[in-house]
Amino acid sequence: MNSLYYQKRLSRNIGDKFFTSLSVICALIAILPLIFLVTYILIKGGSQITPELFTLEPNPPGDDLDAGGINPALIGTLIITTIASIIAIPVGVGGGIYLAEYSKGGAFSRFIRFGVNVLAGVPSIIAGVFIYALIVSTKILFGSMYSGLAGGMALSILMLPTVIKTTDEGLKLVPSELRYASLGVGASMYTTILKVTLPSAFRSIATGVVLGIARAAGETAPLIFTALFSYYYITGFGDLFYEMGSLAVLIYNFALEPYDAQNKLAWAASFILVLSILSVNIFSRILAAFNEKTKRL
Amino acid sequence: MEEKLTLFKNRKRFGIEKNIDIIFKNTALVLSSFVAIILLGIILVVFFQSFESFSRYGLKFLVTSEWNPVKDEYGAFTAIYGTLVTSFFSLLITIPLGVGTAIFITEDFVPKVFREILGSFVELLAAIPSVVLGLWAIFVMEPFFRAFFVFLHNFFGWIPLFSTEPTGRNSLLAILILVVMLLPIVTSIARDSLNQVPKKLRNAAYGIGASRWKTIFSVILPAALSGIMAGVLLALGRAMGETMAVTMIIGNSNAFSWSLLSPGYTISSMLANQFGEADGSQVSSLFYAAFVLMILSLVVNIFAQLLVKKFSLKY
Repeated sequence: MNSLYYQKRLSRNIGDKFFTSLSVICALIAILPLIFLVTYILIKGGSQITPELFTLEPNPPGDDLDAGGINPALIGTLIITTIASIIAIPVGVGGGIYLAEYSKGGAFSRFIRFGVNVLAGVPSIIAGVFIYALIVSTKILFGSMYSGLAGGMALSILMLPTVIKTTDEGLKLVPSELRYASLGVGASMYTTILKVTLPSAFRSIATGVVLGIARAAGETAPLIFTALFSYYYITGFGDLFYEMGSLAVLIYNFALEPYDAQNKLAWAASFILVLSILSVNIFSRILAAFNEKTKRL
Repeated sequence: MEEKLTLFKNRKRFGIEKNIDIIFKNTALVLSSFVAIILLGIILVVFFQSFESFSRYGLKFLVTSEWNPVKDEYGAFTAIYGTLVTSFFSLLITIPLGVGTAIFITEDFVPKVFREILGSFVELLAAIPSVVLGLWAIFVMEPFFRAFFVFLHNFFGWIPLFSTEPTGRNSLLAILILVVMLLPIVTSIARDSLNQVPKKLRNAAYGIGASRWKTIFSVILPAALSGIMAGVLLALGRAMGETMAVTMIIGNSNAFSWSLLSPGYTISSMLANQFGEADGSQVSSLFYAAFVLMILSLVVNIFAQLLVKKFSLKY
């Protein structure tokens, strides 16, 4: 009679309700870890933040009273990530330019694009193993074994695919009319790329590259046997050729120490690392959303 | 005719500018081939470094679990088993969770704003460094799950997977932290492929009277299946190569056990643990293990790429 009305007890409606609540539960479970994790790190790590943390060297484990600070690790992370960027950004942007501007979809460019995806999937520890075999064990860098330089190289391997991909995709989004116009008024190919297409794709490329750098800053596996770790201040240029600490390796080493003071230092370092990575991510997300909005207007 | 040619000649670029153009193009070409060089370099270097161990143990390396630097006996079965078993079980948990979350995000159960926030929350989870997840797993997750593991052992101890008394760090914790790491990958790829399913398929299903979930199960999920599969494969590659969080929580023991409640090993955690201090033929054996890991993840990744390429232009 009233079959046109919604019937609660119909098996299909009960089934629908059941699956809907199932997917709600899935979504809840998916965000719970993030909420727990971030609040725990903010509370536990945030409470360890003191001014001395940024200026002192960490004390060697064993002294349970005072763990010192994380200054060398903080500077080390900045240096190693900078080295990785100096290597990966020119190579990646150059490679991306070739793929997007010069290649005509032939076998070579398809192979390179395929290689970029495969390289992105190579486990990060393999990059460390590779640099260990190539640079650390051969002492090819002026006789130094473990060094910040080697660590930076290992990280650059992980950054490279991200940079190439974002450059390639950013350049492909630039309208072809801009290129035709530039070539039409007599500009050469390289002037067109450097003066027209690269600048107009700059924002999207920069966002991708910054996200790649943020990702690399948190990588640990490639560093544990390339850059190793150091307890001492970085004082000069020559320190590049010696063991260098980083926030990520500090967290790894000190998390496994049985001493509470070192554990607390690991939490403080996590706080700084997570806060900076999350803020870079959120900032670039907002920027991207803003770009989208202005484009539509 | 003659006049035209000179005109054309005058319009030519100066030699130097032409050269710059050529140099620029070739530099870009060389830079782009760096990717191939590095990839090949990694494969060759790891292979040649593992050669000594490879020629000594051959394929026996893959099936024996003796790892004894004193007696110079090496076999990576425990680590390979650990890698496969942690990846398998973590995916088993992640796939339904991730796809369920992706469905929640793409359907209109709640207003769009909430779904977008949820989506970016899950993606932010991917940005958290794995070493921080490991730290969290040691100090928060392990105490939290301790009672649950004892319960598992008491009631399901007759299943070989839960047959050992839980003591601190173990493979099951590694599986759980892997779930946290893989969830963003599976969710975001599943969401993208669900979003790509054309609207008219859904409307057609609704039009012939299918309910919402009938539509999802019989129309939308099958249409998005290849994309989801590719995401799952990428997550599998990630799970096998994941190092830090797993190393910190798995317990790092080379004693072989079927049980998930006992400490275990994965190839990557073995590398992270031993590479710094290894020497002699142990290094070569570690390179052999690294080579196995690389081949596993290369195969999975290449398979994923092919899957994406084959199905990406279906609609």
